[in-house]
Amino acid sequence: MSRADLQLPAAARRPGPLWTFGLLRSELFTTVRRWRTLALLGVLAAVPVLVGIAVRIETRGGAPAGGGNGEGPAFITQITNNGLFLVFTALAATLPFFLPMAVGVVAGDAIAGEAGAGTLRYLLVAPAGRTRLLLTKYTTVMAFCLLATLVVAVSALIVGALLFPLGELTTISGTRISFAEGLGRALLIALVVAASLVGVAALGLFVSTLTNSGIAAMATTVGLLITVQIVDQIPQLHAVQPYLFPHYWLSFADLMRDPVYWDDLVRNLGLQGLYAAVFGSAAWARFTAKDISA
Amino acid sequence: MDEPSAAERDPDGAPALSPEGAPARVPDGAPATVPEGMTERHGTGVPERGRDGAPEGDPAAARASVIVTRGLTKRYRGGQLAVDGLDLTVPAGSVFGFLGPNGSGKTTTIRMLMGLIEPTGGTVRVLGRPMPRAARTVLPQVGALIEGPALYGFLSGRDNLLRYDAADPTADPRTRRARVAAALDRVGLAAAAGKKAKAYSLGMKQRLGLAAALLQPRRLLVLDEPTNGLDPQGMREIRTLIRELAADGTTVFLSSHLLDEIEQVCTHAAVMAQGRLVVQGAVADLAAGARGLLVVTTPDAAEAARVLKELGVGDVTADGDRVTGEPPDRDLAEVTAALVTAGVRVRGLIVERASLEDAFVALTGEGFDVAG
Ligand SMILES: Nc1ncnc2c1ncn2[C@@H]1O[C@H](COP(=O)(O)OP(=O)(O)OP(=O)(O)O)[C@@H](O)[C@H]1O
Ligand SMILES: [Mg+2]
Repeated sequence: MSRADLQLPAAARRPGPLWTFGLLRSELFTTVRRWRTLALLGVLAAVPVLVGIAVRIETRGGAPAGGGNGEGPAFITQITNNGLFLVFTALAATLPFFLPMAVGVVAGDAIAGEAGAGTLRYLLVAPAGRTRLLLTKYTTVMAFCLLATLVVAVSALIVGALLFPLGELTTISGTRISFAEGLGRALLIALVVAASLVGVAALGLFVSTLTNSGIAAMATTVGLLITVQIVDQIPQLHAVQPYLFPHYWLSFADLMRDPVYWDDLVRNLGLQGLYAAVFGSAAWARFTAKDISA
Repeated sequence: MDEPSAAERDPDGAPALSPEGAPARVPDGAPATVPEGMTERHGTGVPERGRDGAPEGDPAAARASVIVTRGLTKRYRGGQLAVDGLDLTVPAGSVFGFLGPNGSGKTTTIRMLMGLIEPTGGTVRVLGRPMPRAARTVLPQVGALIEGPALYGFLSGRDNLLRYDAADPTADPRTRRARVAAALDRVGLAAAAGKKAKAYSLGMKQRLGLAAALLQPRRLLVLDEPTNGLDPQGMREIRTLIRELAADGTTVFLSSHLLDEIEQVCTHAAVMAQGRLVVQGAVADLAAGARGLLVVTTPDAAEAARVLKELGVGDVTADGDRVTGEPPDRDLAEVTAALVTAGVRVRGLIVERASLEDAFVALTGEGFDVAG
């Protein structure tokens, strides 16, 4: 062990204002370096490919997909006319389960995984600061929501462009919009879908502060997601349904109306904000008071 | 917090070391910063200190002390009383050995020092500030290895350190790479820096954990069993490293079961048993606490034993050509003269000093009994 000269005067250490974001950079970098994250993104990227190929095979005879009787995800019948619709179809197909499951895995693992590996104690004595670490984790999970959604959208756009024609498109209201405007709406829809995941991200982060096992936190979060999705489908429970985080998820389709129908979109974003506030506060209260003994 | 001035720093802070392997440690006197030298406490009969308004001791000693705990108590949620009314004082500049059998509460204490767990009673001051309240200002000046290293297996050794450094908001990102390289170099991992941490051996992980504690110049290093898993060469290197750091003025707080390790590098030590502090003080005083042994080697054992008893040596036993007894208070030269005068042929006469191990067993073992 050589004796390198590390001894700077301690007084010379005056933190710069941006130094605090070093942790966020490190967190983003670390998250995308995990093979698990890459596997999840890979699965998400594969969904549009499968849907695209299936639709292509199905319609080789010239018949429109889905037989026109309303089966399958929204917009699926339109794909053969315009590849851009594969973006909407893929988002509609992944939003109920694949996307929130991926977010649940990343959010559930955020604190619990570090606690289980013991790395949490070293981050905290660094000192990362509990509030700062939690904010960093939540920001990273939200960045993952956006990344995951964009992976689906971009994959769908590429597959759609390769397998189907592109061009002007018809909105749900029957009006025609240019391809450029269609692209703009696709981007807007992707952002709304990403924002729809903010609630489940906060829920997962809260669960993550409750245990020292990353697997347990992921399983609990995904289990809660499935339960809530089932409850949302049971007609007898309609009284609670407006308060369930996935209830307005598919409202993103309203962005394809002309003019856009905002009511459910706003309700969805409001509900996500509420979940983020409630479970974010709960996660903060729990994490800042927690004994880190793993 | 400013660095203590050279005058404030303990002049004897650097460990005075006996040569490696030498059985006895040359007593060098307790450093000036320990006013009361050695304090002893029995497991029972300790006056109950107020849990909250615990006395802080005299202010000068508190300033010179890097860690001060008063009545520190932790009861885990299961009801386990892991640390019970701990009054620990770690002088600045010392290499402080924290000893105790398994489950005696060493790691629990360290977790409370680092603000990872909340004490159920008592106070902790680290670098003169209360923990965990002042964690943000205190911890950047503290390097820690707690209950073994913890690493991101999918990241390289270097990336692990970059991440831990990024977690510290007071760490300059412009010098980050250089500091990480220097820390890796310092623990002898420079060649393996690019390897994934999951491919590291136990000792390499331990070294990487140490490197994380050395990313910045520190005023205090808290090392929980730092040589765990290291090869003999690695242990030597760590000891050398600790001495170097101490020579630079860093206080080192080190938990271990390896007594000769403590004896070799530490200036001060504390012994825990079942969550309570049994004793703390300068290592020389601790080892002296357990009596040594007078050993006379002679072919005339019976005669020697008679002479020794006459001289008032207690507990004399003869075994072959070896006669042992309690070391007398009088000058050993007189003992030698008396033996020779009585016609005892003396091959050797020495006082075997008690090792810290004897003291440790005496303090924590069955029927523990602390003299005086
Ligand atoms: N998270 C925990 N929950 C409940 N009890 C605990 C917890 N951690 C430790 N303990 C208990 O507290 C006591 C002290 O444990 P601690 O880990 O502090 O001992 P230690 O001195 O570090 O031991 P070792 O030398 O084996 O590392 C033990 O009896 C242990 O069972
Ligand atoms: Mg321990």
